[in-house]
Amino acid sequence: MEWIKITTPLVDATIESLRCGDLCHITGRILTARDKAHDRIRQMLAKGEQLPFELKGELLYYVGPTPAKEGMVIGAAGPTTSSRMDPFSEMTLSLGIKGMMGKGKRDKATRELLGKYKAVYFSSIGGAGAYLSKRIISSRVIAFEDLGPEAVFELYVKDFPAVAAIDIYGGDIYENRIQQ
Amino acid sequence: MKRIIHTDTIKSEIVKLIRSASFIAPPEIKTAFSRMKAEETNPLAAETLQILIENTEIAEREEIPLCQDCGSTIVFLEIGQELTVEGDLLYDAVNDAVAEAYKKFYLRKSIVADPLRRINTGTNTPAFIHTDIVPGNGLKIDILLKGGGSENMSMLRMFRPTDPVELIIDFIEESVINAGPNPCPPLFLGVGIGGTADAAMLNSKKALLRPTGEKHSDPFYAGLEEKILKKINSTGVGPMGFGGRATAAGVYILTAPTHIASLPVALNMNCHSFRKGGVTI
Repeated sequence: MEWIKITTPLVDATIESLRCGDLCHITGRILTARDKAHDRIRQMLAKGEQLPFELKGELLYYVGPTPAKEGMVIGAAGPTTSSRMDPFSEMTLSLGIKGMMGKGKRDKATRELLGKYKAVYFSSIGGAGAYLSKRIISSRVIAFEDLGPEAVFELYVKDFPAVAAIDIYGGDIYENRIQQ
Repeated sequence: MKRIIHTDTIKSEIVKLIRSASFIAPPEIKTAFSRMKAEETNPLAAETLQILIENTEIAEREEIPLCQDCGSTIVFLEIGQELTVEGDLLYDAVNDAVAEAYKKFYLRKSIVADPLRRINTGTNTPAFIHTDIVPGNGLKIDILLKGGGSENMSMLRMFRPTDPVELIIDFIEESVINAGPNPCPPLFLGVGIGGTADAAMLNSKKALLRPTGEKHSDPFYAGLEEKILKKINSTGVGPMGFGGRATAAGVYILTAPTHIASLPVALNMNCHSFRKGGVTI
């Protein structure tokens, strides 16, 4: 099967070209956030506080890695279940993210929001934590360090495998709604 | 005959079991993935299985955990009635072993002390410990490292005792389809049938302890397992839910006597990263 090479930040031409079911190799900078980081962003916004990082244009990866061993960039770092982040889709998309990555289905609202905000949802390979860690070339915590594995990391990835699971045209690999 | 065992021995055995389960996929699982890959006609499914095979190789070679979700540590103890345990409190020893292993092997600590206030204990303890008292003077320890994504797809349905078995098969099929990609298929599916609601749930997890390639000892249930497996693998869910044939790698039923009014059926789905191990001391 052919791998489509894409780079971050995701530009409109890339986003428009992707169709659900496309197998991609992603290269470039991505940010991580899972349940607790999303919750904290929500709380900060509610209090009118400034976020310690920008989300505009970013690809947000739902992951909580294992600790890095001595001399390693990161531990196992596969995707977590994305549907737990569904209630936050509007928040992160309105903050300007252009891609989300995790594993599994999204709700209908998220599917529609991805079309509205012109962003793509990628599903990586769940449970392939060791394999995926080898595709991460650098890693550092940029915010919410107290959340441990749930902190926000900046990762640089090279040829990170993921399937375009929901495209901007409403195509969803899990719904067999592939639009030609 | 009476026998004495020290908790230090138990501790070191549990540390070893956690290490091996976290990094080393058993050979029969790798063989199953290779066979499934050969049978796939969907290229995305074959590609996904190939990555899962390579994942097991990298994990073992470089001691990187198979999955970043290093799981809840589920510990099953079968304690011989003639065995005396010396040293620490038994449950303390189990938890010490878990804390030691998760620190030493750089595993992710995924347990929060309270379900609503959610502060991480930082040690992956407490372990979830189930004990059975059995005849003899031995100690059998089984561990299962259970990821949250697959555990979240657990199901229980209380059937009518007069319901045909086909309804149970339909329920399992429907549950696997609804779970879709979330429990990380290809699955190892534990099914608890009978008992009370709680016993069925526990049995659905205990069922997973049976050696991976082994059939049910009762031909009736062995046949049922085969039928369920065939049905699940015709759903088209496929590896990681991307479509394909390999939705489940095995079905394991564990039954219990039940009430004349009851027929509980519980499902515990285990992801493709089937991390378990056992030892008898």
